[in-house]
Amino acid sequence: MNNQIRTHIIKLFNSDRRLDGRKLTEYRKVDVQLNATSTAEGSARVKIGETDVIAGIKTEVMEPYPDSPSEGSIMVGVELLPLSSPDFESGPPSARAVELARIVDRGIRESKCLDFKSLCIKEGEKIWMVIIDVCIINDAGNLFDAAALAAIAALKSMRFPEYKDDKIDYKKKTDKGLELKDLPIEVTVIKIGDKFIVDADSEEEKAIDARLTVASLSDGTLCAMQKGGDFPLTDEDICKMVEIGIEKAKELRKLVK
Amino acid sequence: MAYKERLNGRKFDETRKIEAKAGVIPRADGSAMFKIGNTWAYAAVYGPRNLHPKFLQDPSKGILRCNYNMMPFSSSGDRVRPGSSRRSKEISLVTEKALLPILDLSEYPNSVVDVFIEFPQTEAGSRCAGICAAAMALADAGLAMKDLVAAVSVGRVDDKLVVDLDYNEESYEEGPVADIPIAMSPNYGKVTLLQMDGLISKEQLKKVIEMGKKACKDIYEVQKKALKDRYKI
Repeated sequence: MNNQIRTHIIKLFNSDRRLDGRKLTEYRKVDVQLNATSTAEGSARVKIGETDVIAGIKTEVMEPYPDSPSEGSIMVGVELLPLSSPDFESGPPSARAVELARIVDRGIRESKCLDFKSLCIKEGEKIWMVIIDVCIINDAGNLFDAAALAAIAALKSMRFPEYKDDKIDYKKKTDKGLELKDLPIEVTVIKIGDKFIVDADSEEEKAIDARLTVASLSDGTLCAMQKGGDFPLTDEDICKMVEIGIEKAKELRKLVK
Repeated sequence: MAYKERLNGRKFDETRKIEAKAGVIPRADGSAMFKIGNTWAYAAVYGPRNLHPKFLQDPSKGILRCNYNMMPFSSSGDRVRPGSSRRSKEISLVTEKALLPILDLSEYPNSVVDVFIEFPQTEAGSRCAGICAAAMALADAGLAMKDLVAAVSVGRVDDKLVVDLDYNEESYEEGPVADIPIAMSPNYGKVTLLQMDGLISKEQLKKVIEMGKKACKDIYEVQKKALKDRYKI
């Protein structure tokens, strides 16, 4: 990135301002729309500023994994569609897309908000696989938080299709949804220079030194984390970033409830 | 038995409800959304930009590259596996051919114009919706064009000729069905995409293409209005 822009960004930070006028720990406008597409069993569209993503859920019935015969499971995929940014290319998922998908997956899985046993149809034989795909429509920064928020919102809106005589009838949705015991929310805190910000836009993302994605529950318990970026963090950095992450998660959680 | 009334209650020459909007993806050089009934397409244009690998470059003009892709949750049936399929490759190719005649890329040697078409939800007629969105996105990108391209599927359900078949009509079982996606350049009246699956006589074909042309003219008006709204003309 252009060093002058970086210097300018940091200079602004020192007076608690950002390129677009926001405060350091202020999100752009966040909009969550449930049931964004009718073909999915559950879906949500999340816009954070100009960042625009859709999460959709399809369900499949399959055999359980041998090590957990009475548990269903979830799968998360993220598509960095070349439609959404000049930086994305067609082809197999990039490392970035895989990292993103795995962080969203872990935020949900490790929170234990979803009882995988409730996805069992017949022990040892049939379970529900809940597949969450997040597609990026426009990448204007902070895909982590947008994708995670869309995924959990889609889960909340999901309704099982009818399953009868070993067949799924996708045309018939039941009124049975998923029971979510909590709403894990991911917040990605970014370190640039010696300042911390949330919800970095595309320009700020080019300047990051380190990022920490923090997934937390409504009582503030942490359930997943991921550090990224080329620079290391100190203990104090981590404490500060976790604190910001938990605090901001409270704001985002209200939008899904 | 005759097909007396359409299963969906529409008139035989009536399309589903159409919505269109230009400039929906800020990162793209041009973009548009086109929705017809439950089929919903987004198109984004990137370019003209450098083309790699180099051997694909044409020193006399720019090339057009289209990519049709269904989002994994966009089908009302099973999940669509991410990545390209034989079907999506073919549709990408015919989409390219449907759009190319109205584009002038002679000013952009060795470059590519990429068009990405994505569907959050589909219910029949997706390639036509994709072409409508793509044509608008190309115009939104400010590329030199002779005309827009509008597309719709026409066909036959039993003894009737119909415009814009939906899923139930495509899978009608009490009589023969033909599904004919067409695209045209509305101002020249020329057809740029023509495919057909099913059975039809040549007399019926002639008639149904006429019906399709009329529908395309109406669709063209919607596309044009969306583009004008975008630039407040």
